[in-house]
Amino acid sequence: MLEIKNLHARIGDAEILKGVTLTIPDGEIHAIMGPNGAGKSTLSYVLSGREGYEVTKGEVIFNGENILEMEPEDRAAAGLFLAFQYPVELPGVGNANFLRTSLNAIRRKRGEEELDAVAFLKLARAAVRQLAMKEDFLKRNVNVGFSGGEKKRNEMLQMAILKPHLAILDETDSGLDIDALKIVAEGVNALRDEKFSALVITHYQRLLDHIVPDVVHVLAGGKIVRSGPASLALELEASGYAGLEVA
Amino acid sequence: MVALPTKKLEAWRYTDLRPLSAVTFGAPPAAAATPDLPDLPFPRFVFLNGVLNAALSSGFAYAKPFVPVEGQGTQPMALINADYAQDGINIEIPAGQDAGELLLISQSDGITPFAFHPRHRVKLGQGAKFALIELNQGEGTYWQNAVFEVEVAEGAKFQHFRLQEESVEAFNTTTIYADIEGQGSYEHFTLTLGARISRTEIEANLLGQNALAHLNAAQLLGGTQHGDFTTIIRHKAPNCPSRQTVKSVLAGKAHAVFQGKIEVDQIAQKTDGYQMSQALLLSPETEMDIKPELQIFADDVKCSHGATIGALDEEQVFYLRSRGIPEAEARQILIRAFLEEALEPVTHDASKALFEEVLESWWTKQ
Repeated sequence: MLEIKNLHARIGDAEILKGVTLTIPDGEIHAIMGPNGAGKSTLSYVLSGREGYEVTKGEVIFNGENILEMEPEDRAAAGLFLAFQYPVELPGVGNANFLRTSLNAIRRKRGEEELDAVAFLKLARAAVRQLAMKEDFLKRNVNVGFSGGEKKRNEMLQMAILKPHLAILDETDSGLDIDALKIVAEGVNALRDEKFSALVITHYQRLLDHIVPDVVHVLAGGKIVRSGPASLALELEASGYAGLEVA
Repeated sequence: MVALPTKKLEAWRYTDLRPLSAVTFGAPPAAAATPDLPDLPFPRFVFLNGVLNAALSSGFAYAKPFVPVEGQGTQPMALINADYAQDGINIEIPAGQDAGELLLISQSDGITPFAFHPRHRVKLGQGAKFALIELNQGEGTYWQNAVFEVEVAEGAKFQHFRLQEESVEAFNTTTIYADIEGQGSYEHFTLTLGARISRTEIEANLLGQNALAHLNAAQLLGGTQHGDFTTIIRHKAPNCPSRQTVKSVLAGKAHAVFQGKIEVDQIAQKTDGYQMSQALLLSPETEMDIKPELQIFADDVKCSHGATIGALDEEQVFYLRSRGIPEAEARQILIRAFLEEALEPVTHDASKALFEEVLESWWTKQ
């Protein structure tokens, strides 16, 4: 369960989040929509621990722990996963090696036994097959020379292997790339169960055709201004975001 | 002794040899302990404190006795070498022979400073093949000032992979002259980890059509180490390719230099020269000097050079951390990746494996 309570954050002197409050119970998928500049990406960065954002007030409790005081790697070990909008290329770093290092770092922190190369490859190959990816994916350098769709698929592969409790999917700008959206949707839907929850951040309603959320929140002017069922997304698509900031 | 070059000489502008001239070097002492030798299935020559140790060396069918210097080479370091050279390997591979690999090991260890000046010769006949793997290691203060005279006849292929892992109090200056005839190739890679001050200087002459030179290096330096990789490639015939990739990782107050000069003669049309230097600076007190120089007298050539100098990409660091990898490990992975790419030009499997092992243990020591 993720509880965001009265979260305020700024970059430099600009206050972007002005009191975000929302709760995502286990097993639920929530969507955050909102106009450009509402603070959607900032929220995902603050949750995942990127440098450069200063939290001035509020707290974020994830499974009983305040994650704002944790390093990004500890948040990952606690079960948080950020799917990047623009996955980063890592020349010289093999995908399989990267995945294994990542999985083992998380297992180590959780006090679980690390996987050896053989056990890991077995697991990774199964995940690759399930996501209908080519096997040479594991041999390539992380995201180097990948198409946009392949990068998304690679994010979903990481998510499938790391099995987070909560995934944050930052799809703020990628609403128009239907193939990428479908890949992300498949990845999320495959993990859906009563323990897994997700926060899907998007500007467009389209993604939510593929991942049906339990709750839709509207973020405007740095606050959640409305929350409602999946149908709220359709309503917004029809009426737009105009007038929401004042609410 | 011929005077050491000073920074007033353009070619030595970035490498200050005053710490070297401040030391008084004696003759090499007798080697004390038997060194740890690598477990590689190749014939070998082992030099202890600059002196060939017959007991530790194996036979090599193509080795000839050491020949006193005839005085080739005009670089200051080569002139000093010519005055003092007393030992070195002398390899001649007859035409058409594949001589396989040879290990050239230099181990040094002494209490008082000493110097030695190996003079090595490697000569490949037409179509011959040979790979030389060099390991330079040691402890204490000493100066190895080596010269290689390399001749690659038509269609011959010489691969030269060097590990410079000298003591951090030592000095290593190495000058290499390589003449490469048509269709011949010289592939060079130096991995620099050691020495207080080191310089590898190569002059490669491409003398016939389609002769090829690959002069690559990687430098991993920390503390107050100084490493210099200086090359001159002379395209003296048409249709010759030359390739250079030099990667440096600098920590502490380390200082690295890459000076790469490409000269293209008037007759050397269709020259294809490529030079790339990339440096990763891990601390604000490091210094990287890069000096590419192109002198082109032909009108139909392709020559390019590029250089990047920078710190680790924080986006990449965050990406790794967001996947659970601790910050220090994330940084190491990225530096390793940078170096992994630096080892790409090493096309010889056993050498590559050896270099990877060295990188691994360099890491564990950091």
